[in-house]
Amino acid sequence: MPSPEPGSGGALLYEKRQGVYPKAVDGPFRRFKWLWMALTLAVYYITPWLRWDRGPYAPDQAVLIDLAHRRFYMFSIEIWPHEFYFVAGLLIMAGIGLFLVTSAVGRAWCGYSCPQTVWTDLFQHVDRLIDGDRNAQIRLQKAPWTAEKIGKRALKWSIYLVISFWTGGAWIMYFADAPTLVREFWTGNAAPIAYSTVAVLTVTTFVLGGFMREQVCIYMCPWPRIQTAMLDEKSLTVTYKDWRGEPRGSVKQARQSSVPLGDCVDCNQCVAVCPTGIDIREGPQIGCITCALCIDACDGVMTQLGRPRGLIDYATLEGCAQEKAGGPPEAIVRTIFRPRTMIYLGVWAAIGAALLFALGVRRHLDISVAKDRNPPFMLMSDGSVRNAYTVKLRNMEGRPRDMVITLVGAPTAVMWSDDMPRSEASRALRRRVGADLAAAVRVYVIAPAGTPAQDITFTLRAQDEKSGVGAEADTHATRFDAPGETS
Amino acid sequence: MANDKRIDDATGVETVGHEWDGIEELNNPLPRWWLWTFYLCIVFAIGYAVVYPAIPLAHSGTKGLWGWSSRGQLANETAAAQAQRAPLIAKLAATPIEKLPDDPALMQAAVSGGRAAFRVNCVQCHGAGAAGVAGLYPNLNDDDWLWGGNLKEIEQTITHGIRQPGDDKTRNSLMPSFGRDSLLTGEQIADVTSYVRSLSGLEKGSASAARGAGLFAANCVACHGTDGKGLRQFGAPNLTDAIWLYGSSRDAIGATLTNAHAGVMPAWTSKLDPVTIKMLAAYVHSLGGGEDFAPAVVASGAPVPAAAPSAEASAHAKP
Ligand code: SF4
Ligand code: SF4
Repeated sequence: MPSPEPGSGGALLYEKRQGVYPKAVDGPFRRFKWLWMALTLAVYYITPWLRWDRGPYAPDQAVLIDLAHRRFYMFSIEIWPHEFYFVAGLLIMAGIGLFLVTSAVGRAWCGYSCPQTVWTDLFQHVDRLIDGDRNAQIRLQKAPWTAEKIGKRALKWSIYLVISFWTGGAWIMYFADAPTLVREFWTGNAAPIAYSTVAVLTVTTFVLGGFMREQVCIYMCPWPRIQTAMLDEKSLTVTYKDWRGEPRGSVKQARQSSVPLGDCVDCNQCVAVCPTGIDIREGPQIGCITCALCIDACDGVMTQLGRPRGLIDYATLEGCAQEKAGGPPEAIVRTIFRPRTMIYLGVWAAIGAALLFALGVRRHLDISVAKDRNPPFMLMSDGSVRNAYTVKLRNMEGRPRDMVITLVGAPTAVMWSDDMPRSEASRALRRRVGADLAAAVRVYVIAPAGTPAQDITFTLRAQDEKSGVGAEADTHATRFDAPGETS
Repeated sequence: MANDKRIDDATGVETVGHEWDGIEELNNPLPRWWLWTFYLCIVFAIGYAVVYPAIPLAHSGTKGLWGWSSRGQLANETAAAQAQRAPLIAKLAATPIEKLPDDPALMQAAVSGGRAAFRVNCVQCHGAGAAGVAGLYPNLNDDDWLWGGNLKEIEQTITHGIRQPGDDKTRNSLMPSFGRDSLLTGEQIADVTSYVRSLSGLEKGSASAARGAGLFAANCVACHGTDGKGLRQFGAPNLTDAIWLYGSSRDAIGATLTNAHAGVMPAWTSKLDPVTIKMLAAYVHSLGGGEDFAPAVVASGAPVPAAAPSAEASAHAKP
């Protein structure tokens, strides 16, 4: 980040973006990044096309956020709105996972997994494909607008646009049946929100990935600030080992110099490959997304010169101090497995286990009862007392099920519902609830004159006993109000 | 403050000269695209002020080129909602109210619509829970009906109201004010009170009640019936049950005999359309005391349709 000349008086108010033209580089980290990019993009683009058989009543898309019907499907898991705590739990796990990853390996999210990084990386490869490597890119940028430059720019930007469109297009597939949506999309029958979502994501991908790039990381994103606050002296960051590299100078300068020079030959390779255009030798800085490409670049130089690798390397502040004092480099395992990360890991795993447990034992039917409070009870013409309840039944299985609601407590009371005559009132109501549906029933409970107010319970029992397991059941406690006292 | 500016050692950048608990700010230049974004916002704001209502004037404000207004938007949305409901309304209009239970989905829609209309038009007297007000407005949740409790009767009552002059189909009757008009003496009123209370077991039989029985036969049976069970054609309440709109104490009944009550209700036909009235009737009928419930669904034990069209409808399987 160039700054105004110190002491120049009038500071520069606004600064033009300095173009970044990262040079191609090869090395273990670059190869890992290739792999990781392929993986993350594949997950993003392919997931909505995976199928998962859920029977005739539920969609067969493996991962689907069905906003219209308020269901979230993920392979064998189906989440209902009233089970939103699963989603909350996942979000908490994601948060703690971020703490864990950051305290262990620093800004690994920024360097490898962040969509901004992945798409910027992808677009930079497009740059190299069309314009050539770093120097050719710089030359073309400076060149006048000849037919060739216009052609190249048009080609490059169209490729950006296609990628961006695909990115936006893939996003909406998570919210509807993918093959159907594709057909609807191209025949003009998809919902307007589908088109506008694709448009917005296409534009943002095009602008943020194609042009804003490192500006997003440095100026727009809150992540670097949060992550920086979570780093400690034992977190891994990409570090230039200045005690080993300085004073820097080329091989020729070293030969002529009276004092012995450091290992850095000032070849600027680390700067040339940096996707955010910074010089890591200035020390740790917010612009560094720890993508480790400068490690690859410098290691290449060191190998050529026959010097040990790792002049730029992943290191912890503590390890650096230790190394500077002449000690051995700190073992990475020790920095990763330390109490802080273990506590994060423990909490993370505990929440995960709790969610899995909850998922395992959760019922596939549910009864919830809302009692009428206005009026709390009703006196009938024969002196008996009636209470009204709105009873909600949920069938969370992919087939219609018969269920029986039973009244527990108030032994003299009977109930009926608004879809049947009172003369058929009894202590049990049988209902069929459609596959994967909720049903509301207005239930009236009536008890003879003189019945006192008391607690009652509604029990819901499925009529499809599984062998050995017994029928699934759920209960909901509520109140029966009567004259004299109300709850 | 300006004098506190200094060059930061680590970055070589000048500070702005402010310090908060040891935290200083570097005077780095803003990115230029940021400035462009700012200009873009200004352009947008100007455009917005031109096409949307924005600038306040003495009495109103600028209208904006696109002519948008919040009232206009409401009108559009209301029109759209009405258009969406049009088929339902047409179906409701074409269905006689006593046929409503034959179509559970339609009945359900009518009840929902009625619930909304009730909140607007009826809660002022009958209360949000339709429980009425003792001594003034009847409770609509119970199974006691002055003028009839099946769908058709309720619709008729809502349409033409109760004791509405000028509506020849209105529910009408007038109980004599036996005390005020000296039709009965104070003692006779006390006797009739004893008898009436004995009908529903509020009092045991007594000499007074026996005397009251004779007076009742002579003065009251025309409307309340020989057994005191009332006659709906006159809106004469059932005196043998547990429900007393105007109270069941000796004082309350004596007061009614002295100065008769004659509750009124508006004839809603002049304010509401027939479909809304139909929906209101369906809602009131659904509150738990509706009479002549005609079960429309299949007989007990018969299978119910597997794939129900809606969540609500699927609950209509019969026990
Ligand atoms: S300094 Fe190195 S690790 Fe940091 S962003 Fe640049 S290339 Fe990546
Ligand atoms: S790549 Fe290595 S040797 Fe070259 S300038 Fe960077 S730190 Fe120095």
